[in-house]
Amino acid sequence: MKILVTVKRVEDYESKIKVKPDNSWIVTEGVNYRANPFDEIAVEEALRLRDANMPSEVVVASIGSGAAQAEIRSALAMGADRGILVKHDGFVDSDGVARLLAKLGEKEKPDLVLMGKQAVDVDDNVTGQLLAEYLSWGQVTFASKKESLESPEEKAKKPGIQLAADKKSAQVVREVDGGVETLEVQLPAVVTVDLRLNVPRYASLPNIMKAKKKPIEELTPQALGVDVAPKVKVVRVESPPARKAGIKVPDVASLVKKLHEEAKVI
Amino acid sequence: MATILLIAEQAHGQLKKATLNALSAAQQLAEKSGGQVQALVVGNGVSSAAQELAAYGVPVHAVDAPAFAHALAETHSAAVAAAAKQLGASSVVVAATAYGKDIAPRVAARLGAGLASDVLGVVSQSQFRRAMWAGNAIATVEVTTPLKVVTVRATEFPAAQRAQAPGALQPLKVDAPAAKTKFVEFNEVKSTRPELTDASVVVSGGRGTKGDFKPIEALADVLGAAVGASRAVVDAGWQPNDLQVGQTGKVVAPKLYIAAGISGAIQHLAGMKGSKTIVAVNKDPEAPIFQVADYGLVADLFKALPELAEELKKLK
Repeated sequence: MKILVTVKRVEDYESKIKVKPDNSWIVTEGVNYRANPFDEIAVEEALRLRDANMPSEVVVASIGSGAAQAEIRSALAMGADRGILVKHDGFVDSDGVARLLAKLGEKEKPDLVLMGKQAVDVDDNVTGQLLAEYLSWGQVTFASKKESLESPEEKAKKPGIQLAADKKSAQVVREVDGGVETLEVQLPAVVTVDLRLNVPRYASLPNIMKAKKKPIEELTPQALGVDVAPKVKVVRVESPPARKAGIKVPDVASLVKKLHEEAKVI
Repeated sequence: MATILLIAEQAHGQLKKATLNALSAAQQLAEKSGGQVQALVVGNGVSSAAQELAAYGVPVHAVDAPAFAHALAETHSAAVAAAAKQLGASSVVVAATAYGKDIAPRVAARLGAGLASDVLGVVSQSQFRRAMWAGNAIATVEVTTPLKVVTVRATEFPAAQRAQAPGALQPLKVDAPAAKTKFVEFNEVKSTRPELTDASVVVSGGRGTKGDFKPIEALADVLGAAVGASRAVVDAGWQPNDLQVGQTGKVVAPKLYIAAGISGAIQHLAGMKGSKTIVAVNKDPEAPIFQVADYGLVADLFKALPELAEELKKLK
């Protein structure tokens, strides 16, 4: 089978995020970049599915500036087979990303598209769903599994997504409000992954070396025939209101007193 | 006049409370765009949910058919998009719950609409405020398409008020597309405590509990509170995913949030910073959670929480 998996270059969540003085965006100088953590879980799942269903191929796609080569390379170092970079400088909204990915879907004809459920920069949680609709495919969002991340199944690196014997459908467990749901989806499909699907592997040194030789195809939105003018523009970015500094209380009795008399919440 | 179409969420004929918060967001949007709010309920056997919603004074359209029994994104988004066209909607509004997040983008793609997700506020008929970078920045976004789809962070809007005159109930017929997904099963997490996102008090436990949630639960029961958990706790399989508070879990904004044994990673703070009063109990005086806590207590939660529960019982 062929699996297309997406990797977005995002600000490292451990970097300090500061808003630009002109409120146009955040300060990007001095910020570290990395692959979106949810996308790494998607890559891991793609690799497990591939290895359990050989012969298969994992293709990594990213949309961004030339710098996003680094995130594609890190997915290749985890074990993906080849990469595609749709090169575009500047902001593309989630709808533009989905329409670009739909074109890649038509071109590559994967059996499955795996994506993180959201990118931790814009925190949108919409691209996979948009893509599924643009391709008229089924979708399963928030993919997870019943076993915990400390279970023997996880230690054995088993895929959480269960392919049917004929590989024409898959059963996927998903995290929803109030519990856990299982859906069966016909392939091809889009699956967006949540935190508890797997623990992504680290790239080994030999695999990092090997990844340097793996091909990355470069495309542009123009070549794919997609107008990426945004449907949703970011007009202003501000810092969130700061919380007033709190105090430390010495013991439980004084905590109760403060909550009762000062905060009046109990 | 422009129609703001509110999408209700229901399960087993019962209206989900987040719908009422989304309704007040829709009402704000109607005020700013000079439109009128109408509501839509999709499912199988939805008449009681539709009636409940009509009590808030909005006309309610019901798509009620066996084909919509399960809340599959494909079928429900098709029904919403068809209804939005039939009713000439200018905006579609839904709460950013698992259901809303699942269906809204497909509705937007079907209608060629721009989508503002998980909004915190309505600035104008086309501009909305939303959090980015785990709440480290608040963006104002503008939806440039004539038709707009908006998902709403329920904790940022008050629940709508009941009206004196109920809205009219109207059945609505739409075609159900053949779905490529099939429902298999649902494993519900059953709890007698209030729902995390509705509760006025939340007691959350982190890695410091070492998986033992008894003191958390005992304190929650004294306070009539919901129980929450940090990501580490859920990842370890100690508590169900449904309890995770954070950027990628539930966003809560109760009157009182008690974090016990939680260090306070950025992604957790993104889910609870909006709480009115925050209490942190942690053995580590350097834990980042103390930076957002109104009241911090450096203590072992296994000693402090039972003591706190006792003191609170006395107050009652």
